[in-house]
Amino acid sequence: MRARMWAVAVATLGVSVVPGTPVPAATDQVVIGDIDDMSGVYADVMGAAGVEAINMAIADFGGTVLGRKIVVLTADHQNKPDIGASKFREWADQNGLNLLLGGSNTGVNIAMAKVAAVKKVPLFNIGPGGASLTNEDCTAYTVHYVYDTVALANGTATAIVNSGGKSWFYLTADYAFGTQLQAAASKVVETHGGKNVGAVRVPLGAADFSSFLLQAQASGAQVLGLANAGTDFSNSLKAANEFGITKTMKPAALLAFLTDIHSLTLNTAQGLYLTTAWYWDLNPETRAFAKRFFAKINRQPTMDQAGAYSATLTYLKAVKAVGSTDSDQVMAELKKMKINDMFTQGGYIRADGAMIHDMYVMQVKRPQESKYPWDYYKVVKKMSGEEAFGPITGLCPLARK
Amino acid sequence: MRTTAILYALLGLFALCVPWLGIYPVFMMKLLCFAMFACAYNLLLGFGRMLSFGHAAFFGFAAYVSSWLITAHAFGPSAAILCAMVVAAALGTLIGGLAIRRHGIYFAMITLALGQLVYFVCLEAPFTGGENGLQGVPRGSLFGILPLRSDVVLYYLVLAIFVAVFLFIRRVVHSPFGQVLKAIRESEPRAISLGYDSNRYKLVAFVISATLAGLAGSLNALVLGFATLSDVQQSTSGEVILMTLLGGTGTFFGPVVGAAVIVTLQEYLSDIVGGWVTAIIGLIFVACVLSFRRGIVGELETLRLRRLRPMGKEPAAPA
Amino acid sequence: MLARRIGRVAAHGCSAPVTEIFGIPVAVILGQLTLGLVNGSFYAMLSLGLAVIFGLMGVVNFAHGAFYTLGAFAALLGLQYCGINYWAALVLAPLAVGLIGVVVERLLLRRLYGLDPLYGLLLTFGLALIVEGSLHQVFGATGQSYPVPQSLAGALNLHFMFLPLYRAWVILASVVVCFSTWFVIERTRLGATLRAATENAPLLQAFGVNVPLLKATTYGGGVALAALAGVLASPVVLVNSHMGNSLVIVVFAVVVIGGMGSILGAIVSGLVLGVVEGFTKVIYPEASNIVVFVIMALVLILRPAGLFGKE
Repeated sequence: MRARMWAVAVATLGVSVVPGTPVPAATDQVVIGDIDDMSGVYADVMGAAGVEAINMAIADFGGTVLGRKIVVLTADHQNKPDIGASKFREWADQNGLNLLLGGSNTGVNIAMAKVAAVKKVPLFNIGPGGASLTNEDCTAYTVHYVYDTVALANGTATAIVNSGGKSWFYLTADYAFGTQLQAAASKVVETHGGKNVGAVRVPLGAADFSSFLLQAQASGAQVLGLANAGTDFSNSLKAANEFGITKTMKPAALLAFLTDIHSLTLNTAQGLYLTTAWYWDLNPETRAFAKRFFAKINRQPTMDQAGAYSATLTYLKAVKAVGSTDSDQVMAELKKMKINDMFTQGGYIRADGAMIHDMYVMQVKRPQESKYPWDYYKVVKKMSGEEAFGPITGLCPLARK
Repeated sequence: MRTTAILYALLGLFALCVPWLGIYPVFMMKLLCFAMFACAYNLLLGFGRMLSFGHAAFFGFAAYVSSWLITAHAFGPSAAILCAMVVAAALGTLIGGLAIRRHGIYFAMITLALGQLVYFVCLEAPFTGGENGLQGVPRGSLFGILPLRSDVVLYYLVLAIFVAVFLFIRRVVHSPFGQVLKAIRESEPRAISLGYDSNRYKLVAFVISATLAGLAGSLNALVLGFATLSDVQQSTSGEVILMTLLGGTGTFFGPVVGAAVIVTLQEYLSDIVGGWVTAIIGLIFVACVLSFRRGIVGELETLRLRRLRPMGKEPAAPA
Repeated sequence: MLARRIGRVAAHGCSAPVTEIFGIPVAVILGQLTLGLVNGSFYAMLSLGLAVIFGLMGVVNFAHGAFYTLGAFAALLGLQYCGINYWAALVLAPLAVGLIGVVVERLLLRRLYGLDPLYGLLLTFGLALIVEGSLHQVFGATGQSYPVPQSLAGALNLHFMFLPLYRAWVILASVVVCFSTWFVIERTRLGATLRAATENAPLLQAFGVNVPLLKATTYGGGVALAALAGVLASPVVLVNSHMGNSLVIVVFAVVVIGGMGSILGAIVSGLVLGVVEGFTKVIYPEASNIVVFVIMALVLILRPAGLFGKE
């Protein structure tokens, strides 16, 4: 009996000991990590399918670089910054991590950027939108790869104001992300001669948007700027449609993914303006990638998933070019090279870490315009990277104006 | 009794050796902070039978306060944590004062709702950094002398504070105050008829628990270097309940064991089962409630008591 | 800021003549009142289910939000895989979910009778995590659209606003369901038996009433109400695994405000709080999701037993 009791006690203690056992860092491997929301609200935007995209990139590269095998580690940060940061630290200390791809959630990515600076491991931010990653929170090892709030607002707002949507009313998610989006869009609207009529700040996760939408309608503005994301975005657009507000106002999404449009269906989302870094049906190269991706996942890739593919490839190309995985040498090469693949042509990484590449302003098709499954967008405008991401702000100490 | 002493000695030895065992010190510190949180919670649930569903409010809000004082007002870590504890105590007086007006499940629902209120305040207040939280909180140095940058140094500080909190809670429970609290737990009307102002005792217990939860939260933020929304979320309140329940409510060491198991599961389970973590945590909850109500430590103690008194009756489950 | 917003709304207000009460145009007040009633309908149905389960079984059903989500998913999957239309789903989904509720009661909850009611709360909390976690894993995070039924498409012109027909239907359906539930429990023989079971179950059992069956049916029924609310909500919001998660906390607060002793209290406070929340959305939108909790705190200070409760 006594023995059994001790056994249980030791076993309980053991649970907390086992994971800490150090694993010797393998030098015959190149280790790429992916820390993302695999189970929460952002899991469909990148998630497990994003890991598949990373694996596709490694396979396309040949599976090895510098004669070393390329391996992938993945973890679910569960939208908790502490889990993301500690996983990153642990991989850097114990698994010989060479590159980390950061998935969705700006907060988690900021926490991981702090680790990247200390551990000197390149961090490619794929999923987060927060522009602070290349401003206040920039590091020498950060690359913000796919999109940020500035580029999104620039794209959508410029296109709409120029096509006649002069007066704007915003439905803003009441937290930092929403207010940043609104501020960025307001600035663009004003510089292009438009007018910001007003805004209503909606608490996160509101169950019902109709009453906020009636306020937007009563403002008499021409454009309804949706400065929110995810479920909030979908539910507000759905209600706007139900209350006939989309008949009198042009809806503009400041952040929407292909998966959002897919779940809303074209009936609800038609006519919506949005900005994206990538779309599967742009050209033969994107379609070829999408076809392979679809065969595995049974969904078309989002811009994040395509970005994860491109980011992996870009890193491996840089490693091959310098003949080493030394972080400083690779970062120097990354900031010199041009990025040409199915994700972008002529993309480059600026001193502050922003990857500058073309962005596309899209309008969601009407159901009768959609010819085949996932035929959702038509291109309104292709923006150059410089136009979309704007000039260096000077907030990042690595990149003075 | 001897077994317990040996067990504690072994554990103490283990805790002292952690930095040399190849265990990741930041992980151990996080574990200790949550163990502290669970012990503080246990004071309320285990010894006062008050099921608070909003305890993350104290843990998370204190984390915000101390991080804000350090980053925006250049406070030292000790002053910031002390201030955060004072704020947590005040918040505890406010929320506790409201919640103890009702008993049992009402108490649970009220704390849940007020905890959600605090969550929204943290999400929208200007000083909390919104959904990104307060990041890059420097560890600074203790009393301006001892720099805390090194994980090992900070680990021993956290360990010392944990031991102090653990002993303090033991002391509180064994004090006359703790005895009255237990009497109220067993039968509130009886305690009142004996002349004890039960509400005052319950409120004091609530405030102590909230203050210690605040200590754990602000220490955790100092260790990790950030305070974020996940600290004040309702799911964190759920986790601390599960830790206490799984380890054994009303036992001293149970919450520590529970915290060790849950923090470890969270950190490493998702590598094995992917997105099923939430569902598995739910399963553990159900299993605990249905067939494991004494928790790990509670079951072990029962086992030992049964061995000592083979003919005796089974002791009642601690609630 | 506030004055500016209201002024703007007034300036561009609807076609109705601009009469103002406390500086807010009547049209806006009526519009928000109507929308508040829609939300209040959901609160009422959910808090009613909670009150029924609590009142008759002494169990606080934390899984109520999860069953609401299950109801919406049942309707969605029924439509996608079996072609079950909205009207059939309105009956079938609550039945299916109610059946799950009966199974849960028989297999799990039953074991906790006689113990501290806190265990019931904890068990259902765990259940909610299991249901939400599993739905999330199987159906993903983004959620899916459920179409508004053809016969309820379009809008009513109420002169002060255009109310989508479907929202009007939600109010109607909820009021009918709530008051018939109230009638069954308070005014019929079945209801009397149910109430007797909470007062003195052993005695009732001695009279030959099958009390365990009664309890299982009660839990199934309460859960079915949640599922019905879920089906009603599915064309309005995106059906996803966490749709019931935050709602259940608000509904708990509603129940505390109403006082758990009273079925009628649950219904009325649900509707009233929906309206109050609606007005907050105009006057101070940032606070609209905490107003219910603030009211709860006030009620606790002034009337701890709740507005309709008996101590």
